[in-house]
Amino acid sequence: MIVAEPKPIKELLEMVKDFNRILVVGCKGCVTVCNVGGAKEVAILASSIRISRKKMGQEIEVGEHTLERQCDPEYVDELKDMICDYDAVISIACGVGPQFLSERYPSSKIFPGVNTQFMGGAEEHGIWSERCAGCGTCVVHYFGGLCPIARCSKSLLNGPCGGSANGKCEISKDVECIWDLIVRKMMEQDRLDELIEFKPPKSWITARDGGPRRMIREELVK
Amino acid sequence: MSEYKSGSNLEKVLRAGHFAFTGECGPPQGANVEHLKEKAGHLKGCVDAVNVTDNQTAVVRMSSWAASIILLQEGLEPNFQMVCRDRNRLAIQSDILGVYSLGIRDMLCLSGDHQKFGNHPEAKNVFDIDSMQLIHTVKTMRDEGKFLNGQDIDAPPELFIGAASNPFAEPFDFRVYRLAKKISAGADFIQTQCIYNMDKFREFIKRAVDMGLHEKCYILAGVTPMKSVGMALYMAKQVPGMDVPDTLIKRLRGAGKGKVAEEGIKFALEQIEEFKEMEGVAGVHLMAIEWEHKVPEIAERAGMLPRPTV
Ligand code: SF4
Ligand code: SF4
Repeated sequence: MIVAEPKPIKELLEMVKDFNRILVVGCKGCVTVCNVGGAKEVAILASSIRISRKKMGQEIEVGEHTLERQCDPEYVDELKDMICDYDAVISIACGVGPQFLSERYPSSKIFPGVNTQFMGGAEEHGIWSERCAGCGTCVVHYFGGLCPIARCSKSLLNGPCGGSANGKCEISKDVECIWDLIVRKMMEQDRLDELIEFKPPKSWITARDGGPRRMIREELVK
Repeated sequence: MSEYKSGSNLEKVLRAGHFAFTGECGPPQGANVEHLKEKAGHLKGCVDAVNVTDNQTAVVRMSSWAASIILLQEGLEPNFQMVCRDRNRLAIQSDILGVYSLGIRDMLCLSGDHQKFGNHPEAKNVFDIDSMQLIHTVKTMRDEGKFLNGQDIDAPPELFIGAASNPFAEPFDFRVYRLAKKISAGADFIQTQCIYNMDKFREFIKRAVDMGLHEKCYILAGVTPMKSVGMALYMAKQVPGMDVPDTLIKRLRGAGKGKVAEEGIKFALEQIEEFKEMEGVAGVHLMAIEWEHKVPEIAERAGMLPRPTV
């Protein structure tokens, strides 16, 4: 899933300080799963804004709405009759949400309510970590099913570097060295020979480096 | 005798079977050319080549190629270091052609410390290719006369290709295989990380010898004399991938006030004596960090002078 974290309430209040009618829009996709942008968080954020603004002596009307997904025009459409009632919109979906809203409703002022972090998963309740950098050509099978592009600080394909110690990455004791895991796993599986093989430079054409990406699946296009 | 790969002094010394001795010099954090010349001047005549570091620990300094050229003009042989952190494959290949054109003949290929350690932690890192792929790139350019895309190079750069190896990083069992991988990728010589844990290094080099790696590549053992107990503690705790045994820290502590630096040099000299006899070790790489003026004394006491001319 796409993992995000809430923006500090202070930052959000500053963003909408000139508005008196705002709409907070959530999303039932990834951000609901990572407890940052679902219906529950919409309600919490809306009431925090109301309370803060009341304290500041500047009351505000805050509408609440949560879409099935903000990355799908079909659902974004749902806002068409209500969005014009508000001076500004805070989207608490991932970074895709505010952009789909901006594109569909060109005259509305749209603000992001979360900081989108990475593609990853939940290690346990309340802890998420990165797994994929969306390089466009998946190669994890060479590395015991683990991704050095997203998870090695230097994206080494021929690691581990000289900084790996105690299973930790050189950049921090809180960061695991994915290459340590790769080596151990491959050795356990008796696949050392695969790891010794030289991995040539990767083509980053399919990654972000190749420019903004777009995908067309002819069989699905009507 | 077969042809030299680059004909550098370092290559000639090693090929002739001499025990090599290389030094290191970090470019200034500014354009202070005189200071660089003075530091490098101490190494003149004491070492076979001088490593010129490339924004070491991700701190911005005068570019390693420019500092290398200054050393060359001063009559020293630079071992030009290049890291993958700051350049993509276009810049890498063009810099390789550039340094070769200006007379550089030795090059050390590194991934580079993460920028998190440096003075611009906000920077974007490149790591388009890694150190293994960099070694292979230089070799492909030199031996096949081709760029990474397979296109011909009209006049290929003839460089003596160096790589680093850290026997003390983990997983230990994989380290010797990674060394082997660097050698197959094209490394002609290896300079190791600073060695303090001699037991572990003996085990590492034994494994390398068992695999015959010392016959395919020259391995230079890394030595950095400890200047103080503080430095030893810092190396032990703060520097990633460094292995400083407690026994050494105790020994330095026991040396008494004002005598720690001398004890550090003594330990380095004992190491060098052992390396001279150690199967698989072809020389020593002395990294006397900000202690360049001590190099003549260390070289003398280690019996490294005069340096051979081949
Ligand atoms: S190899 Fe690419 S697609 Fe596969 S997990 Fe890593 S970044 Fe994602
Ligand atoms: S310590 Fe491990 S994860 Fe960190 S940069 Fe080195 S190989 Fe990559």
